[in-house]
Amino acid sequence: MKIIRPAIVLTLFFVLVTGFAFPYLITGIAQTAFRHQANGSMVTVGGKVVGSELIGQSFESSKFFHPRPSAAGSGYDANNSSGTNLGPTNPKLLEGEKDFDGIKQLAAKYRELNGVGADVVLPVDAVTRSSSGLDPHITVDNARLQAARVAKENGVSRAEIDRLIRELTETPLFGLGEKPYVNVLRLNERVAGLR
Amino acid sequence: MLQIILYFLIILALTKPMGLYLAHVFEGKARWMGWLERPLYRLLGIQPDEDQDWRKYALCTLAFSAFSMLLTYGLLRMQGLLPLNPQGFSGEQMTPHLAFNTAASFMTNTNWQSYSPESTLSYFSNMVSLAIHNWASAAVGLAVAVALVRGLARKSAGGIGNFWSDVVRGTLYVLLPICAVGAIIFVASGVPQTFEGPKAITTIEGAKQTIALGPVASQEIIKQLGTNGGGFFNANSAHPFENPTPWADLFSKVLMFLIPAGLTYMFGRMVGNVRQGWAVFAAMSVLFLAGAGISTVAEQSGNPAFAQYGVERANMEGKEVRFGIAGSTLFASITTGASCGAVNSMHDSYTPIGGLVPLFNILTGEVIFGGVGAGLYGMLLFVILAVFIAGLMVGRTPEYLGKKIGKFEVQMAMIAVLAMAISILGMTALGSVLELPKQGSMAALNTLGETVYGPMTGNLNNPGPHGFTEMLYAFTSATGNNGSAFAGITANTPIYNTLLGLAMIIGRFLVIIPVLAIAGHMARKKVAPASAGTFPTDSATFTLLLVGVVVIVGALTFFPALALGPIVEHLQMTGGR
Amino acid sequence: MSKSNSLFQKELVGRAIKDAFRKLDPRLVAKNPVMFVVLVGSVVTSYFFIRDLVTGSSNALFTGQLTLWLWFTVLFANFAEAMAEGRGKAQADSLRKARTTMTARRLRGSDEERVAAPELIKGDLVVCEPGDYIPADGEVIEGIASVDESAITGESAPVIRESGGDRSAVTGGTKVLSDRIVVRVTQDPGNSFLDRMISLVEGAQRQKTPNEIALSILLSGLTLVFLIATVTLLPFAQYAVNQAGKGMTPTVPVLAALLVCLIPTTIGGLLSAIGIAGMDRVMQRNVLAMSGRAVEAAGDVSTLLLDKTGTITLGNRQASAFHPAPGISEHDLAEAAQLSSLADETPEGRSIVVLAKEKFNIREHDLESMHAEFVPFTAQTRMSGVDYDGRHVRKGATESIRRFVEEQGGTFPKEVAEIAERVSKEGSTPLVVADGKRVLGVVQLKDIVKGGMKQRFAQMREMGIKTVMITGDNPLTAAAIAAEAGVDDFIAEATPEQKLAYIRGEQTGGRLVAMTGDGTNDAPALAQADVGVAMNTGTQAAKEAGNMVDLDSNPTKLIEVVEIGKQLLMTRGALTTFSIANDVAKYFAIIPAMFIVTYPELGRINFLSNPKSAVLAAVIFNALIIIALIPLALRGVAYRPMNAAKVLRRNLLLYGVVGVIIPFPFIWLIDKILVLLRLA
Repeated sequence: MKIIRPAIVLTLFFVLVTGFAFPYLITGIAQTAFRHQANGSMVTVGGKVVGSELIGQSFESSKFFHPRPSAAGSGYDANNSSGTNLGPTNPKLLEGEKDFDGIKQLAAKYRELNGVGADVVLPVDAVTRSSSGLDPHITVDNARLQAARVAKENGVSRAEIDRLIRELTETPLFGLGEKPYVNVLRLNERVAGLR
Repeated sequence: MLQIILYFLIILALTKPMGLYLAHVFEGKARWMGWLERPLYRLLGIQPDEDQDWRKYALCTLAFSAFSMLLTYGLLRMQGLLPLNPQGFSGEQMTPHLAFNTAASFMTNTNWQSYSPESTLSYFSNMVSLAIHNWASAAVGLAVAVALVRGLARKSAGGIGNFWSDVVRGTLYVLLPICAVGAIIFVASGVPQTFEGPKAITTIEGAKQTIALGPVASQEIIKQLGTNGGGFFNANSAHPFENPTPWADLFSKVLMFLIPAGLTYMFGRMVGNVRQGWAVFAAMSVLFLAGAGISTVAEQSGNPAFAQYGVERANMEGKEVRFGIAGSTLFASITTGASCGAVNSMHDSYTPIGGLVPLFNILTGEVIFGGVGAGLYGMLLFVILAVFIAGLMVGRTPEYLGKKIGKFEVQMAMIAVLAMAISILGMTALGSVLELPKQGSMAALNTLGETVYGPMTGNLNNPGPHGFTEMLYAFTSATGNNGSAFAGITANTPIYNTLLGLAMIIGRFLVIIPVLAIAGHMARKKVAPASAGTFPTDSATFTLLLVGVVVIVGALTFFPALALGPIVEHLQMTGGR
Repeated sequence: MSKSNSLFQKELVGRAIKDAFRKLDPRLVAKNPVMFVVLVGSVVTSYFFIRDLVTGSSNALFTGQLTLWLWFTVLFANFAEAMAEGRGKAQADSLRKARTTMTARRLRGSDEERVAAPELIKGDLVVCEPGDYIPADGEVIEGIASVDESAITGESAPVIRESGGDRSAVTGGTKVLSDRIVVRVTQDPGNSFLDRMISLVEGAQRQKTPNEIALSILLSGLTLVFLIATVTLLPFAQYAVNQAGKGMTPTVPVLAALLVCLIPTTIGGLLSAIGIAGMDRVMQRNVLAMSGRAVEAAGDVSTLLLDKTGTITLGNRQASAFHPAPGISEHDLAEAAQLSSLADETPEGRSIVVLAKEKFNIREHDLESMHAEFVPFTAQTRMSGVDYDGRHVRKGATESIRRFVEEQGGTFPKEVAEIAERVSKEGSTPLVVADGKRVLGVVQLKDIVKGGMKQRFAQMREMGIKTVMITGDNPLTAAAIAAEAGVDDFIAEATPEQKLAYIRGEQTGGRLVAMTGDGTNDAPALAQADVGVAMNTGTQAAKEAGNMVDLDSNPTKLIEVVEIGKQLLMTRGALTTFSIANDVAKYFAIIPAMFIVTYPELGRINFLSNPKSAVLAAVIFNALIIIALIPLALRGVAYRPMNAAKVLRRNLLLYGVVGVIIPFPFIWLIDKILVLLRLA
């Protein structure tokens, strides 16, 4: 009994303090001081919420920059985050299967869509799926390869698109992160604004 | 690579202040939460300064763990009847074997998730039923480590401290204040904190997207600080809502090593020689930097197969662009070193050597800073083995901190090593050959929903050696109380949930009990003063010896398994190309 | 005892080979879990070998060789143990022979009767004359004789044994060379020194020491870990074969071979040999350790209590000068000093008589005719002297004489005190002589520190051992000699109580203490010390209190005993490290070879010819390394006194790093030879 009572009381203490009090306290502060972030960093266009700047979403129109391939649900399902979990020697990852594009197919489609020649080495993020399936970013290399297509489809100059990419380029951690990247939703929002 | 150095320097700078504060707290000198602490002791009905011998201490640990696990099991099963359930989940998602696995998982600080949280858990389950363990299991780990340090520091003493007050102090003075500040930092950087349900939006293109939200930040902070690792979302720290920016990522990484690194300094200080603490810190650092370096190089060298499609070789499969390769491999090295299990990239998709590093980090017992408390006490078990084997070579009965290492200590340390080996290798062996039928009543043992997997290898997501590594990683992660996964494996079936749950309990308590037993026995011993003839345990030689023992014990125990998994796969991937 | 240092003498080897087979008895092997696993492995492979023979399998050559080498592994370990025991056994045999053939001449009043030695009981008196063996342990109560103790000590130079004093103890089995002595038996039959020695050298009383037990647990634990690693390899292999669709799972004999290679057979096979050899090395120094525990404890000693006389300084102090008090002639002083020393049998006393005779030609008086009464030295009064004609002549330490003089109303002259102090500061011992209340002067007793001691103590300091000199001298003298000899501390004017208190103090501080002693009053301290070495010449009480007996009665040997203790522990640690380090190479030899058919990619990390040759090469290396390391196990690792940090670095490099590397070339070589001989 000398052990049972503290065991029970301490568990209840954890339920009350760390289970309830702490999250509600943090919610209170967060909703007061950081409303935007606390509610998912939503992006509004013309008063309508079009997504979260942190959560990747699919863009299929050739007028827009395309995000990385996604393994979340049927693609960018923000209620079902997931990677492929395919190993590096798995034929499914490399060659694909029925209803599943491998790196081979993804690379071919990317080249075709963006008119990239076989001599150009593709940036790896363009043909691999992220771990969350919700990666909101692509590398600048990837964006540049898509720039010509986006410019053409939207009827704007390549320089205009390149300027957008430059403006939105992020190089975090004092540039110690490896590759500069851009947020696809932010970029496409600006692309849409050009028209 | 520069990121790794930046990160290490931050940890190095934080170790001493954190250690000083931890020592301050566990010597009972911190009082500023007394207004909450004192009434709590009265409610518990305990005397905070009553010195417990190791048996009593262990008994309290077991009682508290057992009761809280039982409570969580019940709450998970009943989530349909409980509030804060906007998605309307019930016991149908939370099956009995999954509830057992999950309760064991969180109680043991493993935080392995056989399920996908977005489609299984109510907010209540996340926030209360599970999150309490994020705090409690970390506090228990801290308490056990502190008890061991006391055992080593005390002379001819009967007790090793008081379990209840250790847990309370760890929670009130260490976890709560850091988390309160940290959670706000997370929110500010973009981690949601709301009780609203998922939000449906229409994209610029007119497509629909449902964005899962929740009280994420308050769970994220303790998940990282307490080295728990159980994510709010399936993708864990790879999910942009758990880990929105590279800065948030760096913060998450610092949180994982903050307490474990500080504990090494606390240890040195409490035993009266900070060099002893730094020697342990140095051994952990060598292992950490080597692992992180190897993993990064392996991922950057990437997959030779990519080249044939005209794609860069660097392996970005299962990694986020905002973290890049080094940001991902560094996280993987930390989370497996620290027994955290949070992931910001999918280890399953790593190159064989890149994935071998996290696996090996867990196989060596997660002593590279390690889980909150668990890392230090795990490493001290290795110290005992190292001192015993090599200590003889200086021509004296081995002693550590002036205390002789005898039969009992060796026995206890070996029990822990054996428990790890039996659980990991035994269960993986079972999984390799257990042919469950696809029909009949036995088939239910390995069934999820409509899918019948049959043999235990049927649940693997990858063929060949990689599939073997998936299974090995699962049982290693469970036994090591890590929680990360080669996540392709489908573990939410009765047989896997049960075996993994057992592995977690074995891995937690067959280490904690021997550790406390050693603490109790060491506390009673006399201390011989150090002399020129004493085995020096605060020198560079010792640090390297300790590194050697950790690596060799891990390598010798698991080499055959690793040879048939990552090593063969590496040769396959690089062979002939 | 044979003084030969050659390890592999013909008759010892022959006997050890026979014993190696005798020790195959599973009940004996079971005491060593590591070797028991090897034995089981040997039996299992034997079964498969016989099966292969019967079925005419082409595997028979391979399984046969495997079986052979596994059996060799067990035999080699047995052989190592038998070799270690061999020397002791040979010695025990000759001792036993001596014991059974002895007869005794027992005194019944003034009559003498012949009885067999084993019939003697405690308290019996026996007579021994030249040519007689002393039939039992005892004490000389009458006479003086030269005794040949070579049967026990191996030292051929005879020693003097005489009644009274500290050289009265004699040991059964030794031989009287000259003169006649009467001995009082002090031990009952079966309990004598000889009996104990026989059982000790035979190892009959050998118990595992605490450290050995702890190491055995570690080794058993590792064995279990490797058992798990090996057993689970089968299912892992099953998975691999299923996935790859080719190759075969390893056979049971191959798994048994892998297991034997991995478990720490090197240290497991040599562990008991190391312990026995350690005791044997102590014995070769003519020190008889009553238990292995004592030898092990010697390695841990951090404080050495050394008697000044005989250990630090050369033999005994010699009177070198008379310093008379003011108004007293040197001749008078010399005469009084001589008188007080006539009945004093201590070497110092005798040296005073000799000096008086040399300087002033003072003849020895006949005390009996003078009706003088000798006042012996006691630890309490710290004086000795004679009473005659109402005169009380005393000699003793300054403070004792001051008290003696002042008690009778005399005064102690300042000048004498000054002389005494000057003598002390020179490192000599002042002995003040008084006649009644009149102080006559000071006799200077000179001490000479042995050569090389200072260096030796410096080494001890380097090893972390504190040396403490024990002396009856006053603090000033003690300090001077301590400084000259370079010891760390000293106990001056030591009483038995002080020694005991000092030892307890050190032990409370967690230090282990070693000391030597010979007198009865040393017994409590000897018993209290962790390592107590009694001198063989010492009293029975001292010998029983200590846990070692130095047959040469050379107190300096304590230092050697400590070194042997350290060497013993080092050897264990070194071979354990080496054994574990070896496993890395064995894994690399066997695992790739085992799965090369299933995963041909493994060929890239395989350095051996074919799967069979790889397994055999590893097993053969594993067996041969035991034989190769027997000399190291028996002699102990090279030992040089230096501090622990240096020793650790050196041994880690030598046994750890080299232990990882060395098996690669050897396994490679064995593999090539096997292929060359078409054995695999």
